[in-house]
Amino acid sequence: MKFDTPAGTNPIDRMKVVGQPTTRIDGPLKVGGHAPYAYEHQELPGKPAYGYVVGSAVAKGTIRSMDTSRAERAPGVVAVVTHRNAGKIAKGNFNTAMLLGGPKIQHYHQAIAVVVAETFEQARSAAALIDVDYARDRGAFDLAAAKVDAPDATGSDAPTAVGDFAGAFAAAPVQIDQTYTTPDQSHAMMEPHATIAAWEGDKLTVWSANQMVAWGAGDLARTLQIPPENVRLISPYVGGGFGGKLFLRSDVIMASLGAKAAKRPVKVALPRPFMGNNTTHRPATIQRIRLGATQDGTLTAIGHESWSGDLEGGGPESATQQTKLLYAGANRMTALRLAVLDLPEGNAMRAPGEAPGLMALEMAVDELAEKLGMDPVKLRVINDTQVDPEKPERPFSQRNLVRCLEEGAERFGWARRKAPGQVQEGRWLIGMGVAAAFRNNLNMKSGARVRLSPSGQVTVETDMTDIGTGTYTIMAQTAAEMMGVPLAKVTVKLGDSSFPVSAGSGGQWGANSSTAGLYAACVKLREAIVAKLGFGPGEATFENGQVHVGNRVADIASAAKGGEIVVEDSIEFGDLGKKFQQSTFGAHFVEVAVDRYTGEARVRRMLAVCAAGRILNPTAARSQVIGAMTMGVGGALMEELAVDKRFGFFVNHDLAGYEVPVHADIPHQEVVFLDEADDKVSPMKAKGVGELGLCGVGAAVANAIYNATGVRVRDYPITLDKHLDKLGEVV
Amino acid sequence: MRPFTYERAKSAQDAAVKAATTPGARFIAGGTNLLDLMKLEIETPTHLIDVNGLGMDRIEPIDGGGLRIGALVRNTDLAADARVRKDYGVLTRALVAGASGQLRNKATTAGNLLQRTRCPYFYDVNMPCNKRKPGSGCAAIGGFSRQLGVIGTSDACIATHPSDMAVAMRVLDASVETIRPDGTTRAIPIADFHTLPGQTPHVETALEKGEMIISVALPKPRGGTHIYRKVRDRASYAFALVSVAAVIGKDGKGAVALGGVAPKPWRVEGADALLPNGSKAVADRLFAGAAPREDNAFKLTLAQRTIAAVLAEAKA
Amino acid sequence: MTEGYGAISRRDVLKTSAAGAAIAGSLGPGNVAMAQGQADAPPHAAVTLKVNGESTRLELDTRTTLLDALREHVKLTGTKKGCDHGQCGACTVIVNGRRINSCLTLAVMHEGDEVTTIEGLGSPDNLHPMQAAFVEHDGYQCGYCTPGQICSAVAVLEEIRAGVPSHVTADVSKPSPMTTTEMRERMSGNICRCGAYSNIAEAMAQVAGVKA
Repeated sequence: MKFDTPAGTNPIDRMKVVGQPTTRIDGPLKVGGHAPYAYEHQELPGKPAYGYVVGSAVAKGTIRSMDTSRAERAPGVVAVVTHRNAGKIAKGNFNTAMLLGGPKIQHYHQAIAVVVAETFEQARSAAALIDVDYARDRGAFDLAAAKVDAPDATGSDAPTAVGDFAGAFAAAPVQIDQTYTTPDQSHAMMEPHATIAAWEGDKLTVWSANQMVAWGAGDLARTLQIPPENVRLISPYVGGGFGGKLFLRSDVIMASLGAKAAKRPVKVALPRPFMGNNTTHRPATIQRIRLGATQDGTLTAIGHESWSGDLEGGGPESATQQTKLLYAGANRMTALRLAVLDLPEGNAMRAPGEAPGLMALEMAVDELAEKLGMDPVKLRVINDTQVDPEKPERPFSQRNLVRCLEEGAERFGWARRKAPGQVQEGRWLIGMGVAAAFRNNLNMKSGARVRLSPSGQVTVETDMTDIGTGTYTIMAQTAAEMMGVPLAKVTVKLGDSSFPVSAGSGGQWGANSSTAGLYAACVKLREAIVAKLGFGPGEATFENGQVHVGNRVADIASAAKGGEIVVEDSIEFGDLGKKFQQSTFGAHFVEVAVDRYTGEARVRRMLAVCAAGRILNPTAARSQVIGAMTMGVGGALMEELAVDKRFGFFVNHDLAGYEVPVHADIPHQEVVFLDEADDKVSPMKAKGVGELGLCGVGAAVANAIYNATGVRVRDYPITLDKHLDKLGEVV
Repeated sequence: MRPFTYERAKSAQDAAVKAATTPGARFIAGGTNLLDLMKLEIETPTHLIDVNGLGMDRIEPIDGGGLRIGALVRNTDLAADARVRKDYGVLTRALVAGASGQLRNKATTAGNLLQRTRCPYFYDVNMPCNKRKPGSGCAAIGGFSRQLGVIGTSDACIATHPSDMAVAMRVLDASVETIRPDGTTRAIPIADFHTLPGQTPHVETALEKGEMIISVALPKPRGGTHIYRKVRDRASYAFALVSVAAVIGKDGKGAVALGGVAPKPWRVEGADALLPNGSKAVADRLFAGAAPREDNAFKLTLAQRTIAAVLAEAKA
Repeated sequence: MTEGYGAISRRDVLKTSAAGAAIAGSLGPGNVAMAQGQADAPPHAAVTLKVNGESTRLELDTRTTLLDALREHVKLTGTKKGCDHGQCGACTVIVNGRRINSCLTLAVMHEGDEVTTIEGLGSPDNLHPMQAAFVEHDGYQCGYCTPGQICSAVAVLEEIRAGVPSHVTADVSKPSPMTTTEMRERMSGNICRCGAYSNIAEAMAQVAGVKA
């Protein structure tokens, strides 16, 4: 199905199942401990051995020599694979560094060997017996130093300019010109990257934790230089991803190579202390923002430059993305500059670009509001735009940012906010902050297969994944709505590359695109049922397990009496995304308390108001948003991969060193969804929320801290050491 | 983790003898720190002596006042003991500020004292570390040292001791009671139990080969207000940037010890006397001769301000 | 020796072990296990665990953690490995009535211990009230930390009832109140990167019968 004109009325609009706060259909399996994650699959073609991955001890250099003999002789060891015996390995399309390093080393903890043994314990101890001699090369590890001659990014990341930014900024009566920094961050999903690989002849099956099954399967074939049809990737449950499992990672390659060498299935999970440097991370940024405004708060100049670094051949953290679209303003410029750094590979983490970009931009807007003596909600409202400010002929498909801000302000009690440093409760300084949330809506081609059995059971098959987003449930809701059957009559099968290729889970495109693909397949199934029953022509209505055409009616199951009906289709998106700017919007409100003695900041209240098209399942969507808000608190207050600029690695590479929020950090969270349906985006009229929920949270927390203390910290995370000496004397 | 043989000790002295005579032997009790380190081959015992069956899990009154805490009393049980809660509140507060509920259910009194540092360079076997591999150097100096020590450190090691419990015990003047392989016992004042790194950071305590902690004695309750204030980036389940244990009387006099700043719970008796003079005087005395790094110099300010918070709380 | 491969039940494990008794005979609980067969084979020892009410005798490399014993040998994979270093809580199980991190304890140290895992709390068609409350309040997303969260949540309510103090207990000389503030502090050893904390607090409050 091609989606190239705005959606008219369709069966989804009934909203009998879609849009309802259904509990997750996979819930009982998850809470019972019976949902199988990658490392846990038991139905294997043989008894598995265990692989343990060895990482490089240096950040950049060459392996001069490697002695694996002690490891090979260790008890239980079946195989040791390194670059010397792995055969030809290529780099996948989605990777920047090789997943198996050696002799060239590109980053710290780059995988250089896998030791396969009968037991996990044997593999782990034998892995420590590999001796490696490295020639260490000098590397670049310091973004601030490398920033100086970092060139402009190119292609879709190239600089943009509209009007005369320099002139308008110089002439602006009120100016902000500040630099903000965000650190490297780690996805830190709870399930480590894990894979079981099994070869049967030249056919490879991997059970792996992966958000994008088709990308993963394709890159696995490419990396191992085998035909794509010989690869099957199975990923029915994924223990969190946040972008960290978008791509093929070393667990898959090392398990596959290990299994080939061992001639039996091999299980590999990346050890937690290995993940920070072996896998990808969100790159640090240095961002300069210049805002020029008239005294009434009208923005006349908006400039946003961002510097980030990556390995040679990598890409920038596109932190200026939202600045092109969030506020009106006649004169504007953005620029991304990319330095080459020899730190581990930077790549997408939840809301890449916007998450760190809004941490800076929305703090700058707060600073401008203060300089203007204007309420920061009002400043954002008066600079709203209903068209793409760089291309005014392109309207937004739907944009209710102002309503998010105003409704949020009302609900949060924003009017009670005082000037900075004015509210104190005992030892706590209290403050409120706001930030706009903005994230583009992306659509991706997505396919699904639907089966109708003689018993009337509808089975959905697609390689789409559920990474905690609620895919199983919204797919079931979509099929139930389309086919007019109860949820119990729908079975959803996900995450298998033998199923039709879907959008996958990334860029908050998953929910809308994959349900739209299923919508397309269901439309085809409806037609097949009507044809089979010989009903028609005329409009068919599917409800209560029956199909009605005119005055003819039948159980849909009867159409499959003679055998299962199987159809497949996909949704492909036309140019509505070009004609209309499709984005999601929100407003985050946060109240914090800062200990005036110690400077510790704790979040007391949080509210998000979101405008993201139709909400397919308010329960699951709310969970996405509260989870993102939690991650935003982490980014604001504690998360930072600390760079050792001498050795070139992230030092705090485990969950004790890289702190993420715990229960005690997070108060009760409120989420409101505006009642919307965006007919320009898909027949589902839905957009994403999973990344929107993170966008702006960090700045809202930062602005609340400023409101509490009167001390502005522009260097994330806002840890106590950064404002401690400015909080006033205590005796 | 290297292979090891495993046995259950039959008695405390038997355990001490085995530990002294079996090459590569270590005691294991709660295991929460030792197994963590064994998985990374930072600890590489070849024989484990499980002491969990030896009793030593009771808290009993000492004649003339005070409490004797068995070495194997779990952190949860020590924190929850009614006598500890009533008379040694700082100890309960310190215990429940540490780790997580699960870890406190397993971790023991002796094991808590014997915890090793959380310095990230100690934890990464690719990095030089004089504590892990004597003579290899210290990667933390000149590296990421935000968590690390500002006083009592040396040019060979700037690690901190991670315990909360030990900081409270230091302010309570506890003593560590041990048995040696020859069957003799002794009591080591907690002040002398942990050693400073100097040029031998791998030596961390006064314990001799095979010597095993059997209990910790707390002296008579000293009254006063008991406070343990732990400062960290997240609200729970994190090691201290700075912590302050204090017992302060109505007259403003008392004792104070700090965690998160030094290779051992940091107390300077001369600083106690300055408590009535306010946090600056106390902090100046505690940190005389401090050698902070760029990343952790804030700990001096933070310590003073946290002491101020504690003094304010004591007054309230 | 290792357990036979496959989806074997716990009863099968018992059988397997009984058949191996001739080899394992000298490896009574707590004895120093010496290598058999290969001269350099790692030391093994026997241990009997009572997992979810069923006795299970295992012959294990002494290095095997309780977590790996459950997941790789008893084939109960509901207990998760998130960090293997006591930093996340995904491996939380209840041993002799207390919640612990199963990754930081050796299986051989648990002779005769009663281990309750998520599978023992309830089953998908007969959920424990805490499991049901997690479903009702959407107290999870990816589900990976969930078994640990639930085991902890069940134990936390018991700990509060038993009067164990916490970091947020205002007066440690008195029993702690049953509040979500207490629950949040006590649950802090169970990290959920999906960020379901607010919903987990509501699920726990419901089971505890208090206001969220």
